[in-house]
Amino acid sequence: MFGIGKKKAYTGLSRGTRIVRSLTLIIPSIVMVIMIIIALFANLGWIGLPDVGLAPHDPNSTNPRDKLLPPSFIEGGKSDYFLGTDRLGRDIFSRVLYGARVSLSVSLIVILITAVIGTILGILSGYKGGRTDAFIMRVTDVALSFPALLLAMLLWVAIGPGYWTVVLALSILGWAGYARMIRGESLRIRESDFVAQAQVVGASTWRIMFRHIFPNIVNSLIVIMTLQVGMMILAEAALSFLGLGITAPTPSWGSIVADGRSQLDRAWWISAFPGICIGLVVMAGNFLGDWIRDKLDPRLRQL
Amino acid sequence: MSNIVLQVENLHTSFFTRAGEVKAIDGVSFYVREGETFGIVGESGCGKSVTGLSILRLLPEPAGQVTEGKIILEGKNLLELSKKEMRAYRGKMISMILQDPMTSLNPVYTVGDQIAESVRLHQDLPENMVEAEVVSALRLLRIPDPEMRIKEYPFQLSGGMRQRVVGAIAMSCRPRLLIADEPTTALDATIQAQYIALFEDIQAKTNVAIIFITHDFGVVSRICDRVGVMYAGKILETAPTREIFKAPKHPYTAALINSVPQLDKKDEKLFSIEGQPPSLLNLPPGCRFYPRCTVSMDICKEQEPPEVKLDDNHSVSCWRVK
Repeated sequence: MFGIGKKKAYTGLSRGTRIVRSLTLIIPSIVMVIMIIIALFANLGWIGLPDVGLAPHDPNSTNPRDKLLPPSFIEGGKSDYFLGTDRLGRDIFSRVLYGARVSLSVSLIVILITAVIGTILGILSGYKGGRTDAFIMRVTDVALSFPALLLAMLLWVAIGPGYWTVVLALSILGWAGYARMIRGESLRIRESDFVAQAQVVGASTWRIMFRHIFPNIVNSLIVIMTLQVGMMILAEAALSFLGLGITAPTPSWGSIVADGRSQLDRAWWISAFPGICIGLVVMAGNFLGDWIRDKLDPRLRQL
Repeated sequence: MSNIVLQVENLHTSFFTRAGEVKAIDGVSFYVREGETFGIVGESGCGKSVTGLSILRLLPEPAGQVTEGKIILEGKNLLELSKKEMRAYRGKMISMILQDPMTSLNPVYTVGDQIAESVRLHQDLPENMVEAEVVSALRLLRIPDPEMRIKEYPFQLSGGMRQRVVGAIAMSCRPRLLIADEPTTALDATIQAQYIALFEDIQAKTNVAIIFITHDFGVVSRICDRVGVMYAGKILETAPTREIFKAPKHPYTAALINSVPQLDKKDEKLFSIEGQPPSLLNLPPGCRFYPRCTVSMDICKEQEPPEVKLDDNHSVSCWRVK
């Protein structure tokens, strides 16, 4: 998969090492793909198809008679509820499936927004230098040092809780990391002779920034974006866990974990399964990010 | 006599640093004619490259600034142009070849794309004619198989080939003036000779005026028609190449020519000039070469020598020359 077969031809790595290496790519990829499929196909109603899907139940429908049932593979569980139910009798399996949708989409949207803003400001800062740079970097410092929780609370008060409040809260501060990293890269590339060459042939500032500098930082950008998948899912889960995120009854992994907190002693399954999902996705994101970083490393690429 | 393409008059360029004003160029005047190659020779840090950047107005602002003088390209003073007008001049009227061919190409674009960028920026051509222009620019630089080369990336080319591609970018819009900033320094001796021959060929075909910046008198003797010898921000002597080699008038020029290794003088220690160039931060009064000059007089210490015109083409700034 993905050029690993080619690598076999010329690396002197032992068979065992190769297998372990390919597993660190294959397993995270499979986890990611499964999670994305779950998020997309929890139900099909949202793309205008008949309302069927992977989720056996409506995630928000309550069944007082079936409350706090353990998973079906444990004694006392009902086959109808694969991962058990919470204190309102809602199906945990369905809630986790729907929760994937919220968690993944929030992190994806936030990553896109922050990457775009951070990249533009970072290149501008690195290439222009001088006052522009000083200004953008001071704003970045503020964004990096501002407590994210405080901001989330302020937004929660100011515009009320909800999906877009979470996105906003994570985006307002999240671009700063990108801006700082991209600025560093741009500073380095600005000194390259090919940028001087572009100036010599009369290219404009914007043209140099986005035609000449940007393509040379795409590699690093992709790496941080991938590594951010895990970070953002964790951040969203943390906000939802604290009640600053997605509002009930809409499930997100963080809010399901929070729901189960009070029943942890008698119904561990409520918090455990969404927790495992968070862990898996975060790990998969980090492994994939590392793998992409190694692949795109110019020193490795020239071999 | 053919037309003067570029006339630089009394150019002053300074860098304003925390330590004070560094006068990188301190009153430089010269001109280049159509189809002529003017060499600027001098040691590192004497202001050769800054002269080139000043003409293109690509000094690292706001630290570096032209403080005085005129740069007249075909009747237009470049220092009076707006930024946008200047950008239209770059690449189209004036072009530059940078020193290091290994890094002056963008690794993410093909050779063809990079030449086409300059063509598209300055000529309003339909897309199918852009490629023809690109191919003809590569032909001009005698790059074999141009149709194949345009699809290659810089890393697929050798150093010499990359330097030709850089040349093709510079010449793609057939500029009137080409500034070559040590284009041969990074090349080895055989490729260097080829590249210089190539310059002569290009000049014969396009009649472009060339400013050739170098520290290598050997290269000067092969390509330049006239030379200006620069020292600490000033041109000390300007003369036709043949004349300067036969009878250098300034002691610095003589010393520089003396320090070129020669094949027929074996086993002799190579001549070198004692001392260091003066700091440009606070130049001493008098002649700037005085501290290192072997034939200095009392007056050299106190007063800066005026420029003396020996004839139309030869001028020197030295108290010894009357």
